[in-house]
Amino acid sequence: MAIQRIDVDILVVGGGTAGPLAAIKAKQKSPGLQVLLLDKANVKRSGAIAEGMDSVNNAIVPGYATPEQYVKEITIANDGIVNQAAINAYAVRSCDMIRELDSWGVKFEKDATGEYAVKKVHHLGSYVLPMPEGYDVKKMIFKQLRKLGVRTTNRLTTTRLLVGSDGRIAGAMAVDSRSGDFHVIRAKAVVLCTGAAGRLGLPASGYLFGTYENPTNAGDGYSMAYHAGAELSGLECFQINPLIKDYNGPACAYVTGPFGGYTVNAKGERFIKSDYWSGQMMLEFWRELEGGNGPVFLKLDHLADETVTKIENVLHITERPTRGRFHAGRGTDYRRDLVEMHISEIGLCGGHSASGVWVDEHARTTVPGLYAAGDLCNVAHNYMLGAMVYGGLAGEDAVDFIAGKDFAVVDEAQVEAERRRVFAPLERADGIPPTQVEYKLRRMVNDYLQPPKVTRKMELGLRRFTEIRADLERIKARNPHELMRAMEVHAILDCAELAAVASLYRTESRWGLYHYRTDYPERDDAHWFAFVEIRKGADGRPECFKREVPPYLYPIEAGERDAYDRLRVETPLAA
Amino acid sequence: MPTIENPSVVSITVDTEKCIAEKGCRVCIDVCPTDILILDLANGKVRMAYDECWYCLPCEHDCPTQALKVEIPYLLR
Repeated sequence: MAIQRIDVDILVVGGGTAGPLAAIKAKQKSPGLQVLLLDKANVKRSGAIAEGMDSVNNAIVPGYATPEQYVKEITIANDGIVNQAAINAYAVRSCDMIRELDSWGVKFEKDATGEYAVKKVHHLGSYVLPMPEGYDVKKMIFKQLRKLGVRTTNRLTTTRLLVGSDGRIAGAMAVDSRSGDFHVIRAKAVVLCTGAAGRLGLPASGYLFGTYENPTNAGDGYSMAYHAGAELSGLECFQINPLIKDYNGPACAYVTGPFGGYTVNAKGERFIKSDYWSGQMMLEFWRELEGGNGPVFLKLDHLADETVTKIENVLHITERPTRGRFHAGRGTDYRRDLVEMHISEIGLCGGHSASGVWVDEHARTTVPGLYAAGDLCNVAHNYMLGAMVYGGLAGEDAVDFIAGKDFAVVDEAQVEAERRRVFAPLERADGIPPTQVEYKLRRMVNDYLQPPKVTRKMELGLRRFTEIRADLERIKARNPHELMRAMEVHAILDCAELAAVASLYRTESRWGLYHYRTDYPERDDAHWFAFVEIRKGADGRPECFKREVPPYLYPIEAGERDAYDRLRVETPLAA
Repeated sequence: MPTIENPSVVSITVDTEKCIAEKGCRVCIDVCPTDILILDLANGKVRMAYDECWYCLPCEHDCPTQALKVEIPYLLR
């Protein structure tokens, strides 16, 4: 396998949602720079929005909401553990980002006067902007990449970052999942936009690729940032979603809610006041399932026929368009049938919960020159639009960072060690198929890490993960495609271990089901009103520590603080 | 450490009458996020090679001749 060497000014890893915006904004700011956008799949159709998006979940549109209201809502929804400056950096740019996308041809719902038609789905404020024709958002972004002359490269799985002897980022290494070529890319700044750790837990179906997240997002970025010495944050704040059972995709309450759809239990009773995804909502969902009131359903059968048709024309066309085929296969018609829901397997995701690489309000990680944006970074509940804004922030800041800098000096031993690690599964004569190791690992994640979290179980889980780490030395890849899968297993294992270690460290319960510990069932603000951070220690093992929550820009009143703890409907409402 | 084959039913079917891969078309192969579609050298057409489908649809939507049909993988149906 050949070694390819490339030098660029700014390397963007991940061409889904945040990555293209990082490249676009860097190129707009400094057109002469060499910006490379690298993807594991194909930038045209990669990431979470390959088939578009059905709504903006966090639009801050004047007249409907202010940045202050939004930052406070997310602070409350995330039980206080937020860097408000980071959320505010998104909030103040939210509407401009929508207008820019609009100018590129992305369609948003508007009212009769041409203003954005924002709906209420969150517990407190109104932030959901429907995109009934949002299926081509990715195409519109791709056109901008072409227009600006951003260089893209596809089918490269990035496996490790290069760190200079001065601690500054120096580039990345990647393997081509078709040719097997090894790429050494030197860069003065790197923007990581590799998405969530979406292949962490095993879906109940047992199908490795039946995940909520695009399964390309295996957690590579979490692993790479960790090994580069970056600080990761909130990895104990898992992503767990209410999804269509077996299909394992969103139902999606953000689309159906404004039309009158809602979640009910087996008795047809409403039990949560808000369908907005939060840990507190998931805890009520779990209690309903476990308490004998399940299954839980999405109810649309009371809606008028034309309303259901409108819903179908969104849900069966954008984001996850095979929803319609799944329902058809089981004879489910929204007009007369309830949609059976369940609780997903766990994942790590900043965009939906708050588990990600620590970044400040400029998308800077703790490694100089390394940025993170999108689902990979820890800016809570950032979703698609937040990914775009943070990608843009990273791209623009990277331009300033590299000014007057040359490449950091890299010890060639770093490259050689990685080349050996990456090619070992191809070179060994025989061994365990990567998918088999992945299946076992992710099944163990379910058995030992799925909340409610139990100390003894997580400790046992860590022992099993250590055993599986030894199995990494026995994986056999028969071709570059299997090699990509093998390297993903390495990343998934890192994520599993980090998630367990961070969860054990925080000895309280917080974020509803996301970090519900049976041994420490109460929230303990006196000791744990802090971020839990994790980084690679001097001994090469994960090291946890607390990071103070920065002073709030917008103080939360005592009466508002627990609003998300009061999501349960006290007296069941008749459907 | 010998291994055995473990077959799975194919969930992406290709109409070989419509598929124009032999003319150089690679659209579906290019857009698949999990890279599971390959050129079958035996007949010059596209086929699914790995049981790693996310049932996301770019392959079907971008095919210029509507030759592909994506079904929900059997385990999820």
